[in-house]
Amino acid sequence: MTLTVTNLTIIRGGLPVLADVSFVLETGQALILRGPNGVGKTTLLRTIAGLQPSLNGKVSGAQDQIAYAAHSDGLKAMLSVTENLSFWAEVFGQSDISHALVAFELENLSDRLAGTLSAGQKRRLGLARLLVTGRPIWVLDEPTVSLDTTSVAMFAVAVESHLKSGGMALIATHIDLGIEQANVLDVTPFIARNDVAMGSSVEAFL
Amino acid sequence: MKALLIRDIRLAVRAGGGFGLGLAFFLIVIVMVPFAVGADTGLLSKIAPGVLWIGALLACLLSLDRLLALDFEDGTLDLLATAPLPLEAALSVKALAHWITTGLPLVIAAPVLGVLMNLPTQGYVWLVLSLLLGTPALSVIGTFGAALTVGIKRGGLLLSLLVLPLYLPTLIFGAEAAQRGAAGADASTPMLLLAGISAATIALMPFASAAVLKVNLR
Repeated sequence: MTLTVTNLTIIRGGLPVLADVSFVLETGQALILRGPNGVGKTTLLRTIAGLQPSLNGKVSGAQDQIAYAAHSDGLKAMLSVTENLSFWAEVFGQSDISHALVAFELENLSDRLAGTLSAGQKRRLGLARLLVTGRPIWVLDEPTVSLDTTSVAMFAVAVESHLKSGGMALIATHIDLGIEQANVLDVTPFIARNDVAMGSSVEAFL
Repeated sequence: MKALLIRDIRLAVRAGGGFGLGLAFFLIVIVMVPFAVGADTGLLSKIAPGVLWIGALLACLLSLDRLLALDFEDGTLDLLATAPLPLEAALSVKALAHWITTGLPLVIAAPVLGVLMNLPTQGYVWLVLSLLLGTPALSVIGTFGAALTVGIKRGGLLLSLLVLPLYLPTLIFGAEAAQRGAAGADASTPMLLLAGISAATIALMPFASAAVLKVNLR
């Protein structure tokens, strides 16, 4: 299985931010996206996940294969850890959540309400959600925010075992995760020029 | 779909879920009307069907801005949009959960409050039937309004302004059916029209809601 992104031009607020982005992600590979704040990493990930339309170019192999995780984890404060995870598991047609609890060391917290967890624990629960989706392509936007070094290592292990079992990962992050199979893509060279922006803004709004 | 329905109902009945909000509002409005209008039982029984319908409609309106806004803020909508469940189905389920937690309690409370309004005996059946047929339309139209205003901070005012005109046909035929029933006249025509409105909105509105939500999630 392959995720292919060809000449993708992505837009934010009607203006192109990154132009002609192309890469190929094969089974078992991870791609780390780097670039300064505001360069369009989040927009690129949302476009690949199908949450936003692109100006041109195409993404193939992503349809119904992506598990997306962004800054907000979609957790409900008034539901317990188990209830939150089981809900997402059921939405994605899975039933087993125990491996996700184990991978992110949430077993002891399983009956706690998500609202009473610390920021790092919430983040771990949000990442555990990826494991219960059963989807092969993980698209992660700053997954390590508010995680301590132990939890980051925990996350790296989860990503590596996902890659080994035939998954893929596309991660926007600023820190070194220490994942062996990972390639790094700096998106700075793809920044869209302003003259392109002027010409396509009308079209982008339509 | 079942998971989403159960989750929404569970969230509504837990602390801070706003389950009692619409019901309490309905109760307060109807209890106050006899005090404000006066104890003229003839007048009260005349206006009872209309006042009960307005009370139910406003109670429903009150709970709409929570319908999608909370799921938008914590990122659930983004995640649902990438889930295997079509957005149309997800929004239909959310509308159903809204009806179960808001519309259905109103339907059940209405006959009790009808007593306070001195509703004529023959009117109870028609009042409950008209609310039972009409409140699902209020929930699905409300879901559309919520989807339309979901990205806007403090979008409650805009939501009310957009949704109220869409609520009018339901109100007109619903209140008319209850009114005719209470007066002992034949209420089948407004009842059929009300059923038609509900059937049409339930069938079509989820597609409109999903379309506007997709635009708002960008």
